[in-house]
Amino acid sequence: MAKLENSLVNMVASLTAITVVVGGLLGFVNSVTMEPIAQAAADKQQAAILAVVPGENVTVSEPWETTAPNGTPAVVYEVSSNGQLLGKAVKAISKNGFGGNIVVMIGFDPEGNILGYNVLDCSNETPGLGAKMPDWFQEGGKGNVIKMNPGKNKVTVKQDGGEVDAITAATISSRAFTDAIAQAWAVISGNSDAATSATQQQ
Amino acid sequence: MSKLGIIINGLIKENPTFVLLLGMCPTLGTTSSAINGMSMGLATMAVLICSNFVISCIKNLIPDKVHIPCYIVVIAGFVTVVQLLIKAYAPDVDAKLGLFIPLIVVNCVVLGRAESFAAKNGPVDSICDGVGIGLGFTVALTLIGLCRELLGAGTAFDLRLFPEQFGALTFVLAPGAFITLGFLVAIFNKVTKK
Repeated sequence: MAKLENSLVNMVASLTAITVVVGGLLGFVNSVTMEPIAQAAADKQQAAILAVVPGENVTVSEPWETTAPNGTPAVVYEVSSNGQLLGKAVKAISKNGFGGNIVVMIGFDPEGNILGYNVLDCSNETPGLGAKMPDWFQEGGKGNVIKMNPGKNKVTVKQDGGEVDAITAATISSRAFTDAIAQAWAVISGNSDAATSATQQQ
Repeated sequence: MSKLGIIINGLIKENPTFVLLLGMCPTLGTTSSAINGMSMGLATMAVLICSNFVISCIKNLIPDKVHIPCYIVVIAGFVTVVQLLIKAYAPDVDAKLGLFIPLIVVNCVVLGRAESFAAKNGPVDSICDGVGIGLGFTVALTLIGLCRELLGAGTAFDLRLFPEQFGALTFVLAPGAFITLGFLVAIFNKVTKK
């Protein structure tokens, strides 16, 4: 078959036809994958919450969306088991990362002790340095923050007079991490005071 | 050229990374570890095979003056399909590579092969070319990623070979990408030009 000529009609027709076909294909694939993608995102969210507030037979409350002191959106989930509050998972953002924002999910028990954390996004940190964040601050890691309580402990890096060992050669990323904890704590402490006094009134 | 010849050609004689030096952006950007490089190579290969096939089928329906926009639409379409499928059915892969997948659209290996091969050859040959070039790209990216990971962090495919403090961090960062690429291109050409 000979090649089509460069006439205006041919050009418009072929471009239109191709975009329509590709558009239709994308629409179809999108409609097929929409549900699995939403499901995968929900599963991931649920897994992230349960990783930081572990327990059995847990139910996760509807998200409570608010704004952290640094102006970023924060989301709080209350995790309870058989009607008893196990703790709260807070998704907080620090703007002070080495290359942009870092997003951390942090779990606090009702007293405010850190139960666990899960770094949701540190893709802007340096691989091999700041990107060690997901393991470094875990229990058994060098900069363990688990069981610290931001209300009692100074959860900042040692360079700033705190109690947390910063990641070697990645102080900025470490500061951003503790900043995320501070943001989460600020969001939750106001909220948890209210919750405690409500319990006492009963 | 035989079908096998076309594949070998893409793998060695016209290796997209080491000989044609095409698609440098994803090559340098995604090879911080061997596994990242390999995944990027495989994703690119999938798109390349599909787009080569379709473009070679429709090449006579496209007037010359609008062929680039048409090819780009086809390529972008396939990339988006691949991205949606990965998101839906392989969330783990998406977590590692999600950021890099859309970059395949602007990878000049894909458009380059559409222009220089698929637009002149039949569908079957074009698929072979996609396989060959795709393999060449994957092997090259895996090699660069392996060198950088090994020299920079002391691991290979996340397997620790020597303690981390002996790693030269430069190799994980951007300058290391250029250095590694330069040496590998030199070695590859020394070996193949004999």
